[in-house]
Amino acid sequence: MAPVTGPKSGDALFASVDRVNAELFTLTYGAMVRQLMTDLEEVEEVNKQLDQMGYNIGTRLVDEFLAKSNVSRCVDFKETADVIAKLGFKMFLGVTATVTNWDAEGTSCSFVLEDNPLVDFVELPDTCQGLQYCNVLSGVIRGALEMVSMKTEVTWVRDMLRGDDAYEMRVKLIKQVPEEYPYKDDD
Amino acid sequence: MRRKQQAAAREGGDWCRRRARRLELKPRGVGEIDRGAIMAQQGGDTNDSLRLASLWHSMHAISQQLSPTPGCEGIDLLQAHNFDLHCFQSLTGTKFFAVCETGAQNIEVLLKVIYELYTDFVLKNPFYEMEMPIRCELFDLNLVQVLQKDRVALLGR
Repeated sequence: MAPVTGPKSGDALFASVDRVNAELFTLTYGAMVRQLMTDLEEVEEVNKQLDQMGYNIGTRLVDEFLAKSNVSRCVDFKETADVIAKLGFKMFLGVTATVTNWDAEGTSCSFVLEDNPLVDFVELPDTCQGLQYCNVLSGVIRGALEMVSMKTEVTWVRDMLRGDDAYEMRVKLIKQVPEEYPYKDDD
Repeated sequence: MRRKQQAAAREGGDWCRRRARRLELKPRGVGEIDRGAIMAQQGGDTNDSLRLASLWHSMHAISQQLSPTPGCEGIDLLQAHNFDLHCFQSLTGTKFFAVCETGAQNIEVLLKVIYELYTDFVLKNPFYEMEMPIRCELFDLNLVQVLQKDRVALLGR
């Protein structure tokens, strides 16, 4: 067995996992969103469903990320955000995000993505105004952080499909929820 | 007193099903592993595994409270008279433990490899429900392969 080493860099991580054709990924995601629109019809429902799907993905993805990247426990939320932006996004999407706009307490920040593989070739028609096309990403982050005891709220601030210049999602740490044990002192 | 203990154990067990995995380091139905031979356990079934896992989960939790200094993350190694129990806890709280012969080497590395197998073959299986016993053939197959490789590396055969 290979000896245990320290955490890998983003590029090394990306190179070490199996990769899939980017177009296949983009087109599969697009087909999924399109089908959800047909099935659910309401834009808000689709947004909710994408978030829920992302949440389910995130709860499973985080273990893979932790197993393959070998990161140690983050001391604070700032480190968590850096790890997500540099290693997490790189490992699964092949792009890095930048972390900006920290608030005074250090519990809220923005991830800015210049490049987003989910939205290649996509243009939102007028009938889909209000659709958060990349909502699955916010669900993934929320689900993943919940599995490591952090309750968060993730919202989209800027969206290039709506005419902005970049993709920006705001992640707010609501509270740390350490593992609780149901031991009762009296019975 | 006994009834209280049983009730607590049942409650603990039901809840502990959620966060403990009893890692049977061999295909289903086989018991403890030792590096020289794979022994079959008499009548090992899912309920026994779950009971053992919940017991271990409770012990792990109690150890964190027993610790004289704060920041205890749990039990890594339990050394008994004729076996060792190695435990690895991921940052998500999932525990993997292996019962092996005393003085077995490199079990921590083995557990990390098994963690990777878990993330690849169990979590990525869309029909696997989280917190449920693992019934994934690919996981079992790959697990056996890892163990065989490990055994060959150690024993040279």
